[in-house]
Amino acid sequence: METAVQRSTKSLGDEALVIGHHRFTSRLIVGTGKYASYALMAEALALSGTQCVTVAVRRERLFDSEGRNLLDALDTSRYTLLPNTAGCFTADDAVRVARLGREILLGIENPGADWVKLEVLADKKTLLPDPVATLEATRRLVDEKFQVLCYTTDDPVIARRLKEAGAASVMPAGSPIGSGQGVLNPNNIRICLEYLKEDDPDYPVIVDAGVGTASDVTIAMELGVDGVLLNTGIAHAADPLGMARAMKAALEAGRLAYLSGRIPRRLYATASSPEEGVITPAKPR
Amino acid sequence: MKSSQRVTESIEIWFNGEPRKVVAGTTIALLLESLAINATRSAVELNLQLVPRAAHGARTLESGDRLEVVTLAGGG
Repeated sequence: METAVQRSTKSLGDEALVIGHHRFTSRLIVGTGKYASYALMAEALALSGTQCVTVAVRRERLFDSEGRNLLDALDTSRYTLLPNTAGCFTADDAVRVARLGREILLGIENPGADWVKLEVLADKKTLLPDPVATLEATRRLVDEKFQVLCYTTDDPVIARRLKEAGAASVMPAGSPIGSGQGVLNPNNIRICLEYLKEDDPDYPVIVDAGVGTASDVTIAMELGVDGVLLNTGIAHAADPLGMARAMKAALEAGRLAYLSGRIPRRLYATASSPEEGVITPAKPR
Repeated sequence: MKSSQRVTESIEIWFNGEPRKVVAGTTIALLLESLAINATRSAVELNLQLVPRAAHGARTLESGDRLEVVTLAGGG
């Protein structure tokens, strides 16, 4: 059933998140990592309202006692999978992992076979993106007909370079992966949006990484980004199911607030009640 | 060595970073089957090059081949 927020956003001309050939009514992209169990993950994804989930590419574990594959728990007819290149520290390795991810998604016939979330990281401590290697990998993957969604820093200049290289979406980090610090530099996100959407207002910009709680999602959406990608904020919450619902509501609130246009900030108060017709004060001031 | 012995000759390959003995003449498809790996959910890279699923049956493993066999896992 359609919620009040969905009706309102529709009336404001807000139909869908469009990235490359993909179209979603939910603007939340959710990761599948770090949940206590696959069952909890499946339920949290459903409550978040997402239609698009990220997945990692990893070696087959031959002697795992559990023996379960992510794909046993994930309804791939319901979600478009977005394979990532997490764990790669060079452009070469990211290109290899992107090809492997595409091959798996072709095998399971998921529509996500034509795209990749590109992550080329600098080191394991910060997990910060390596912008030079990310740009190099973007060029090569675009040549191989991938729709490339680039995880990057919030630097507006590299964001513009990635778009020029053919990225289907630029996804600046709010703060480091899994750090829960939210959007640390909203002004950089604002400039990213200005650069990337100049003469191209429909170009999708996603805040990826750093979300700690619902208000972080709202703040990102109020800045005017097209969507938010998060994982740890839900997976490691004390109650992942409650947080999944909170993230969904926060995203809708932020999007609706952005579309509705906030009031300017003022230094001084402006009265909400009429200033005329007030009774005479007992003592003149 | 007689040809009848060569049939069961084994070679060593690298499977996901670990050395592994396989019977000479084993194809990628046969190896996956013997390890009970679901080929539709996996992808195979041989010596840094992707081997598309359709080619698994044709490629015979050779001594020293480096194989990566991957699937999907939870991730962000």
